[in-house]
Amino acid sequence: MSLTVDEVKKIAFLARLSIQEENIEQYSQDLSSIFGLVEQMNAENVDDIEPMAHPQDAMQRLRDDVVTEVDQREKLLSNAPLTEDGLFLVPKVLD
Amino acid sequence: MEWETVIGLEIHAQLSTKSKLFSGSSTEYGQQPNTQANVVDLAMPGVLPVLNTEAVRMATLFGLAIDAPIGRGNVFARKNYFYPDLPQGYQISQFDKPIVELGHMDILLENGETKRIGVTRAHLEQDAGKSLHKDYAGMTGIDLNRSGTPLLEIVSEPDMSSAKEAVAYMKKIHALVQYLGINDGNLQEGSFRCDANVSVRPKGQKELGTRAELKNINSFRFVERAINIEVERQIDIIEDGGKVVQETRLYDPDKNETRSMRSKEEANDYRYFPDPDLLPIEITDEFIETVRATMPELPQAKYQRFMAEYALTDYDAGVLTTSRAVADYFEEVAKSTNEAKLSANWVIGELSSHLNADDLEISQSPVSAEMLSSLVSRIADKTISGKIAKEVFQALWAGEGKTADEIIESKGLKQITDSGAIEGMIDEIVASNPAQVEQYRSGKEKVFGFFVGQVMKASQGKANPAQVNELLKDKLKE
Repeated sequence: MSLTVDEVKKIAFLARLSIQEENIEQYSQDLSSIFGLVEQMNAENVDDIEPMAHPQDAMQRLRDDVVTEVDQREKLLSNAPLTEDGLFLVPKVLD
Repeated sequence: MEWETVIGLEIHAQLSTKSKLFSGSSTEYGQQPNTQANVVDLAMPGVLPVLNTEAVRMATLFGLAIDAPIGRGNVFARKNYFYPDLPQGYQISQFDKPIVELGHMDILLENGETKRIGVTRAHLEQDAGKSLHKDYAGMTGIDLNRSGTPLLEIVSEPDMSSAKEAVAYMKKIHALVQYLGINDGNLQEGSFRCDANVSVRPKGQKELGTRAELKNINSFRFVERAINIEVERQIDIIEDGGKVVQETRLYDPDKNETRSMRSKEEANDYRYFPDPDLLPIEITDEFIETVRATMPELPQAKYQRFMAEYALTDYDAGVLTTSRAVADYFEEVAKSTNEAKLSANWVIGELSSHLNADDLEISQSPVSAEMLSSLVSRIADKTISGKIAKEVFQALWAGEGKTADEIIESKGLKQITDSGAIEGMIDEIVASNPAQVEQYRSGKEKVFGFFVGQVMKASQGKANPAQVNELLKDKLKE
């Protein structure tokens, strides 16, 4: 199975990756070879194996419902390029 | 052509946990922006989510209440999309293995019949932050306090065939989550939100028409209006030879119209995959039984019990059990006064109309159950008449006193039951209205009402009406 140029462009768009037109062919080949690997796995018979959601054979540990965090707004906002009134500022979102 | 409407609802109910789904930040509403968002909620590099037990318990409780199997090894998945109020770049949600599987909810139709609505699934997921579009030098402000708050997304089957049914279903779910104590039911603050998938098809056709998804309709009234207006729009399009496009639409209550949210269209490719940061959640039989043991009395059972225990009518029991808060309020008044029917009348009547007029929830009522009890007791023991009681209620509502007795005392509203005093008033009125007395005695019994009115007026409404009637009849016979 191989990916078309349009599919590569769509994947890049969805992941918000900026890619150069001249590299698309190469990406297409690289990604397609990953599919090749998947195809190889498809050839195995896994009828008796239950699909795993996680490579570790373990279950999720839970925490109690307790508020453990204190306000660190000033510290956290200081990482952002632009803030005002305690808000992070981002380019205008239109909807 | 006759058309048939098909509706499915997606309800997002914020779970009433103290801390977030995957972090120890507080979920309290209305705090200063970004003071309840820690490194996990901000998706700083290297952080890991740790799941909140309480959210799992609440989702399980919901599942048991709608008779659904609980996913024993349910899994979290990433739903990938980019939006500034979603710092992770994906929402942690559940995809093919939700915690709550197929259940159901019965609704009462207008014709009195019951209809069963399938609840396809309910799953745990994170809420996003909030974008504030107030002008920040041409930019958008982001508040991440809500980021990571646990949501239970409750997805119905496309089983509803009118806006009214959709509202009935939404109200039932709304009541249920509050009965279960897993959601505060506050639509205004956005803790209970609803999206509607709406399509139409020619009556009798098997396959579904193309649907539009109506986003975030935040009141019961708007759900009904938004669906009706969208159904009209779709029928118009098809009858004009056009085709409905599958898209997300936003309801505008001011213009009463829905409009396309084009920005959402391209993003509908979420590329779900199991979240590698989270292991499957194991739900044991033991856990389920522990949760089941805490199941509170549900609306239907309470409704039956109210009819049996308090001899309430079908209607009264129905109204009083629509919300747990109302049911609890009523029950407190009924228990402390031993006057179930009278208590029901006051809760359904005067209290509800005051709450509606001031747009308040029962939890915000200035007249507490204890205060109403004091009032109901005074009506029951005939200290005041029902009419005066309304005046007392008004005063309690306005905060002029803490108990009915206090108001009755300060305003001098105690009912006059002393027959001597009432007779005195009657004598005076009979003496000063000879013409009317003549009319009454010559058979015009309608004039009786005139006398009752005069006595009540003279007593400033405080005379016991039954006594007035009796004494008046005697006097006028003479």
